[in-house]
Amino acid sequence: MKYKSQKVAYWFFALSMLLLVLQLVYGFVMGFARIGFDNLHEFGIPFNTARAVHTNLLVVWLLSGFMGAAYYIIPEEAQRELVNVKLAYVQLISLALVGVAAVVGYHFNYWEGRKFLEIPRPLDFLVVVNVLLFLGLILVTLFKGKRRTTTALVLSMGLLFAALLYLPGMLPFDSQVTDSFFRWWVVHLWVEGVWELIMGGILSFLLIKLTGVDREVIEKWLYVIVGLTFLSGVLGTGHHYYYIGVNKIWLIVGGIFSALEPLAFLAMALFAVNMYRKGEKKHPNKLALYWTLGAAIVSFVGAGLLGFAHTLPQTNLYTHGTLVTAMHGHLAFWGAYGMIVLAIISYSLPNMTGRKLYTSSTGRAAFWLSNIGMIGMTVAFGVAGVVQVYLERKLGMEFMEVQNETKVHFVVLILCATLFTTGIIMYIVDFYKHGKPSDEALEINQ
Amino acid sequence: MLSKKQARAFFLGGTLVTFLVFIGLTIYSFSVENDQSNHENITEAVVRGKNIWESNNCMGCHTILGEGAYYAPELTKVVDRMNMKYDGQGEEVIKSILMSPVPWQPNGRKMVAYEMTEQEAEDMVEFFKWIGEIDLNGFDRIVSPLAKEDN
Repeated sequence: MKYKSQKVAYWFFALSMLLLVLQLVYGFVMGFARIGFDNLHEFGIPFNTARAVHTNLLVVWLLSGFMGAAYYIIPEEAQRELVNVKLAYVQLISLALVGVAAVVGYHFNYWEGRKFLEIPRPLDFLVVVNVLLFLGLILVTLFKGKRRTTTALVLSMGLLFAALLYLPGMLPFDSQVTDSFFRWWVVHLWVEGVWELIMGGILSFLLIKLTGVDREVIEKWLYVIVGLTFLSGVLGTGHHYYYIGVNKIWLIVGGIFSALEPLAFLAMALFAVNMYRKGEKKHPNKLALYWTLGAAIVSFVGAGLLGFAHTLPQTNLYTHGTLVTAMHGHLAFWGAYGMIVLAIISYSLPNMTGRKLYTSSTGRAAFWLSNIGMIGMTVAFGVAGVVQVYLERKLGMEFMEVQNETKVHFVVLILCATLFTTGIIMYIVDFYKHGKPSDEALEINQ
Repeated sequence: MLSKKQARAFFLGGTLVTFLVFIGLTIYSFSVENDQSNHENITEAVVRGKNIWESNNCMGCHTILGEGAYYAPELTKVVDRMNMKYDGQGEEVIKSILMSPVPWQPNGRKMVAYEMTEQEAEDMVEFFKWIGEIDLNGFDRIVSPLAKEDN
């Protein structure tokens, strides 16, 4: 750590970990409901509540992680302290409060039931204020800084666009079709667009620090990768428009550009592995390196390959609205965004706390258990999804009969989820062991 | 090899061009002659139905137009399907499920007991009927084999 204000990142990461654990709890509630143990239904957690909490906590813990990453990275890249540390803490607390209010509200039928954007409208405005405060702090710091690096610019641009793209989701529509159409402007253009900018920015920062490869080389490739992301991802939004009641033109446009989407992820994976090979300086923080390379590789498999597996209109006609989507969604989010947040935490934690626990055995076990668990969950969802598609959409069996046939896959899912959760708990144990951030961890001589 | 400046131009240029095309296609697909969203048949009852649909987060279990949570049945052609199953009494069956004071439990999987009023249940049915008439580029045939003759 080079600047005192970077410490604020620690608290965003801590909030992030707390919300991740809650997300897993609600995931288990849903898993058990699927095998017939829907015991919390009467106690305020029917499936739709659990689902809204599960997906929204995912978004909030990742955003909290991204914000923490920005508060850590931007001062170091801009070579100055954050402009106002107190406001950063205000922003942290308000983020936590909005998140808690939304999650509690879902248990009392207080929501706006639009998949992924369930936060009710009054809270939406608070989210906007919160994000504006965050962006203000980051952008002013960058503006007043000694230098403006590409890494910092790409990261800030991703965060700025993510905020702007939240707005189309707040437009009111009478038609379910247009409602859905513009909802994807938020959801798709976030996860397959601007969030990749954020991921690219964090990845590039980590690779510069961990491999010692020249900044110019890494940043050039960063531009190529985010260029590929937008080139394919913007029109790739079309793969959500095939069957929701808009023109057939999207079958062609969405099909072609979606097919190109894996390229960005392939480039990201190749880039990370190559930089690692090229790197002469070997950083002692092996865990951070595991998570960084892991994020690049797993995101290619989860987001790139498994996305491609059902993105063509001919396949998607059968898989649209089935568990096949859940299969792709889980590994994609884990690889691309979950792992990159855990990577930046693993990298920055020893620097903020001064305790250099670079290669703990719990840390290594956390990496492998969570990844093996998540791959198992992906396979369970995938098999259940293919069974569902075949029985329901090819043979025309009734939905509920098919669901009974797939119960066994959810037993496997819960077992794998347990493995995954064990990994996450071990990661958090390591997090806790590092202790609190300390001013004594400042690296004066660098 | 590519220079950093060229890489940046590729990023900015690609983004700008694809985004402009995206806006253009959006305008194209909602223009009068290309619109297939059945919006001309939206009545006040349909809008009320949509609001009830959202305020109860029905998408947290069901899917509609293939979007939702895959825990409960796809409802795109639900009125037609229920009519077939219950000899033309589909609308009544749907309304009684929505108005029921106890959870509906098909095959043991519980639905929240919404205890809707007659009017609210009526609005929901109107919403489902409107959804059922949207041109979905063939998807409706897949989720409801009964819809084959209609398309």
